[in-house]
Amino acid sequence: MSGLIDHKLFIKENKIVKFSEETLERIREIVLHYHGDRRKSALLPVLHIAQQELGGYLSVDVMDYVASLLEIQPIEVYEVATFYSMFHLGPVGKYVIEVCQTGPCAICGGERILDHLEKVLGIKTGETTPDGLFTLKTVECLGSCGTAPVMQVNTEFYESMTAEKIDQIIDDLKNKGNKQPSETRWADLF
Amino acid sequence: MGRLVLIEKIAIPGIRDFAVYRAHGGYSNAEKALKEMTPADVNREVTKSGLRGRGGAGFPTGLKWSFLDRKTDHPRYLVCNADESEPGTFKDRYLMEHLPHLLIEGLIISSYALGVKTCYIYVRGEFKHIIGILQKALREAYQQKFLGENILGTGFSLDIFLHPGGGAYICGEETAMLESLEGKRGNPRNKPPFPAFKGLYDCPTVVNNVETLAAVVPIIGMGGDAYKSIGVGKSTGTKLISACGNINKPGVYEIELGLPVEDFIFSEEYCGGIKDGKRLKAVVPGGSSVPVLPAELILRTLKGERRLMTYESLAEGGFDSGTMLGSGGFIVYDEDACMVRNTWNFTRFYRHESCGQCSPCREGTAWMEPVLRRIEQGKGKYSDIDLLVNIADKIEGNTICPFGDAAAWPVSSAIRHFRHEFEFHVEHPEIVKNTDHGSLMRYPASSIQYR
Repeated sequence: MSGLIDHKLFIKENKIVKFSEETLERIREIVLHYHGDRRKSALLPVLHIAQQELGGYLSVDVMDYVASLLEIQPIEVYEVATFYSMFHLGPVGKYVIEVCQTGPCAICGGERILDHLEKVLGIKTGETTPDGLFTLKTVECLGSCGTAPVMQVNTEFYESMTAEKIDQIIDDLKNKGNKQPSETRWADLF
Repeated sequence: MGRLVLIEKIAIPGIRDFAVYRAHGGYSNAEKALKEMTPADVNREVTKSGLRGRGGAGFPTGLKWSFLDRKTDHPRYLVCNADESEPGTFKDRYLMEHLPHLLIEGLIISSYALGVKTCYIYVRGEFKHIIGILQKALREAYQQKFLGENILGTGFSLDIFLHPGGGAYICGEETAMLESLEGKRGNPRNKPPFPAFKGLYDCPTVVNNVETLAAVVPIIGMGGDAYKSIGVGKSTGTKLISACGNINKPGVYEIELGLPVEDFIFSEEYCGGIKDGKRLKAVVPGGSSVPVLPAELILRTLKGERRLMTYESLAEGGFDSGTMLGSGGFIVYDEDACMVRNTWNFTRFYRHESCGQCSPCREGTAWMEPVLRRIEQGKGKYSDIDLLVNIADKIEGNTICPFGDAAAWPVSSAIRHFRHEFEFHVEHPEIVKNTDHGSLMRYPASSIQYR
């Protein structure tokens, strides 16, 4: 491996984009998983970490920063970030709710779950509530067909959904308000 | 009660932990392989067992392993395909959630057989909780010296790393998975060269499904011959089937291959029959990509024989009257399900997930989806139905990877077996438009009589 990853800063929007030293140390370890210094292989794990720790979505600044860390061209990051559906390219709500729309969920009422969420949140699919708390999206098969219909809040699964359960979940999340969601850190997973 | 071979330990409390798994005989087959067998012995047992790829294609595992280029000086890799994304399929998730150490044990034995020192588990990113479970299990295995340098003092060393996907169905295709592991978009590669010669980083690579690699553990335990004695003909051993849709007991079941389809759907041991006392309309038995069959053809072949849960029996009759075992994602539809809307739903999925590399797939799925949508909404024409058949026919076989076929088959099979439903939508726009099935994907049985 050709030295340690450089610690570069990008300041375009008057914001400093950088990982904590602890996260950087984790990334240095992750890069070692890929033989012969093939650090580009670490792109997907690093993008997950970046999205979680650098503002909730992948801005151009964040993507440029990741490119510099992995010593690849920015375009190599853009083309990957735009290909995979888990990456957000613009600001999203604190809680991103994604409802599965694929066949097995649909025949068990998945489409009705989406209708109900639109009503409860007062937004259309693809939109974010004015308070910035919720973004509503659809998603393709999550591999929970036996417990359909399923939805995700950020990366957590909520299965066998009903209208009543949704009301409860939305209430709970609203009460949590602006507290940070307590989620597993991607950086701790590899 | 069917015999459990793969997941026999699943009901043991705490089996996710190394100590409990070990106390119940876990890792003894890895120990046996590493200490008492040569890699060639392991390969021989896997070949003898007749094990076939459990991800969907059903390719013989021993044969796939035999292709691996063992002559080069390059490192060899094993990639475990845990990108389970085929609609209707959730068996690998079940296995990893409950028996993470079984998978790790399978990876150790398989890596030993293949001469692999580095193995990657590519887990779909949405399964973040499973990545956490696997990570904990891997740490335990390292601590207990079943991974790392000089495992059990045998001189064999192995590292296993977790790699997350980013939300792309296509990455379940093996060459797309390798691209994705290299930090690129998941565009499938042309074959040849096959991954066995030029795979990850252009090095010889084997890509196997989670269930396939886990099945290597009981094969070493009982021997290839004993494993082969389970099942029927070339469908040996057991298979995990994830059952979902309009049934009483959705879930993951391990079946001995050869079980009659009728027993699987209607017996209390498995699906428990159709929900709410309704009748069976159709089944997609192997994940959304395989052809849909109407009730009469999924239960019996055209020859009148009972259809069995085997690779061969489900394929009996070709695509005219048969289908495929595929991944084992078993989707059941009751009498009220609208096959037009289901077909549109699946095609919307394939349109969304096409990587866009090959024109027939990229353009074809984006053409079929709105045509299906307008038929479904009662705005279609008769000629639209033939147009769909025509487009599907032109996608099939004309793309780099099998995704094109997977997008074409649901459409052509639905029209083959349920043409009357498509025609009904064209003929009765007023009924279709006024039937509130949009949010439920179903018709009230009373409002529409198809036949």
